[in-house]
Amino acid sequence: MARPQVDHGDVHAVSQPANDGRIGDGSPVNGPAAEGPARESPVTEGRATEGPVTQGPVTAGPVTEGAVTEGPVTEGPVTEGPVTEGPVTEGPVTEGPVTEGKVIVDGSSLARMVDRMAHQILEKTTGARDTVLLGIPTRGVPLARRLAERIRAFEGVTVPLGTLDITLYRDDLRLRGARAVGRTDLPPAGIDGTRVILVDDVLFSGRTIRAALNAIADLGRPRQVQLAVLVDRGHRELPIRADYVGKNLPTALTENVRVRLVETDGIDEIRIEAGLPLDGAGKGDR
Amino acid sequence: MKIKHLLSAADLSREDALAVLDTATEMAAMAGREVKKLPTLRGRTVVNLFYEDSTRTRISFEAAAKRLSADVINFSAKGSSVSKGESLKDTALTLQAMGADAVVIRHPAAGAPHRLAGWVDGSVLNAGDGTHEHPTQALLDAYTIRSRHGRIEGLKVAIVGDVLHSRVARSNVHLLHTLGAHVTLVAPPTLLPVGVHAWPADVSYDLDAVLPGVDVVMMLRVQRERMTDSFFPSEREYSRRYGLDLDRLRGLPSHAIVMHPGPMNRGVEISAEVADSTRSTIVEQVANGVSVRMAVLYLLLGGAP
Repeated sequence: MARPQVDHGDVHAVSQPANDGRIGDGSPVNGPAAEGPARESPVTEGRATEGPVTQGPVTAGPVTEGAVTEGPVTEGPVTEGPVTEGPVTEGPVTEGPVTEGKVIVDGSSLARMVDRMAHQILEKTTGARDTVLLGIPTRGVPLARRLAERIRAFEGVTVPLGTLDITLYRDDLRLRGARAVGRTDLPPAGIDGTRVILVDDVLFSGRTIRAALNAIADLGRPRQVQLAVLVDRGHRELPIRADYVGKNLPTALTENVRVRLVETDGIDEIRIEAGLPLDGAGKGDR
Repeated sequence: MKIKHLLSAADLSREDALAVLDTATEMAAMAGREVKKLPTLRGRTVVNLFYEDSTRTRISFEAAAKRLSADVINFSAKGSSVSKGESLKDTALTLQAMGADAVVIRHPAAGAPHRLAGWVDGSVLNAGDGTHEHPTQALLDAYTIRSRHGRIEGLKVAIVGDVLHSRVARSNVHLLHTLGAHVTLVAPPTLLPVGVHAWPADVSYDLDAVLPGVDVVMMLRVQRERMTDSFFPSEREYSRRYGLDLDRLRGLPSHAIVMHPGPMNRGVEISAEVADSTRSTIVEQVANGVSVRMAVLYLLLGGAP
């Protein structure tokens, strides 16, 4: 079974099961102080506090820490409800039987989430030095691109980008059958000795990340591996946690979290939909 | 992929064939990595069942399965119970009892893989049955053509030589037709099978007339081990009329490539200079064989939950 550790001190990808927070359960994450080394404290804290406190859709904003820049308060009320764009009408591709659902994050707050994550990355990696962003298809790829673009806008640093397809490392071939294999593209300089930040849209069971860690081990030997996700929806099946979280979103197992991005779906939004995640179209960290 | 077995190139729909080629492209990217291994088929068993001699096909299937972390069992007729008279069916039942997830079979009798597919639960991959079919060779040829020309649709392909005994030719005609290429078979009348006019291909007896208009020339081996009759007066005469030498190579369009499924009879169907020229893709074909077979194993075994 996957041992995601990349031997040395990779505290980030793996947290001690004891305090790994069970974010989904809503129990306050005690984690950050206890675990991880000192350096990472600010960011994690920001995330941790934010997560469980929220519960309701009120969340988003109060990014206590981290988000130095943006006025956190403003962002708060964005929350649920069909604030801006008419939620139902919009959804262009109504794929499958799954319909509407509830818009939890709209385009402008999604942009702010990405901004905040970019700041957190800069802060925690001291200016994103020796850092490589690897997006996991499908939606991790445009997300990684956006993070890199924000980082460049904020500090003028160009972070190498890559794509990590994990199809051939999945553990559900027997259950789900063969899927189309995607492209893996590493930056020309490779990932040896760098700090790799994996980027994905939703963190769920943790199995995708487990597969990604194994894939990375076959591609090189990074100095450190971190994880950035837009949404952490809880229900982990493996001892994996994210270093940068756009939003903690407590969910029921019967719900589906769907991230849509302009690059892949024509619109920026995050929705919670009813329906079993297992047969949810496409997405799902299963 | 909708099919469970790969018995004939004609079974492949256009979508299936393109899925194999696309997947093979990604598999090929892995060949450049330091760790040339994927965990995808961990715990699966692939049996190579070879009733006929083979170098590249068997090694290629073995390498493909191993790179996907499958367990590989090699079985050749020599040194097995087949030499004691065991039938194909009893051998198949043995494999079945051992729980093979895939059986790669090469057999001198056309149709043996089809029979085998009825006896075992796993996927059956035809690695050449008599003079009938060799679908993975056709797939790797298509892959090679696509990687050199960037496309297959609309290309003109000449398949030259011993079409009668060639399973490679038959599989290639089906697959290239499915993928939209235009195929011309070039051979002496004695080396064309009965009913060749029903194939989705043109037929010509004159190599020099065909060569100037082609994008791909595929030379076939003269299969003396299968020849029970005299199909042409002498090798020299065959070579003069149907062999690819430097003079004929100069008559090809400058972008055209020369292919050969191997093993070659240098100096008969292809001259040594042509075989070693930069226009020849022969070594590439072998390398591509591993990627294509990885793709086929992944798609077939992954498609059967």
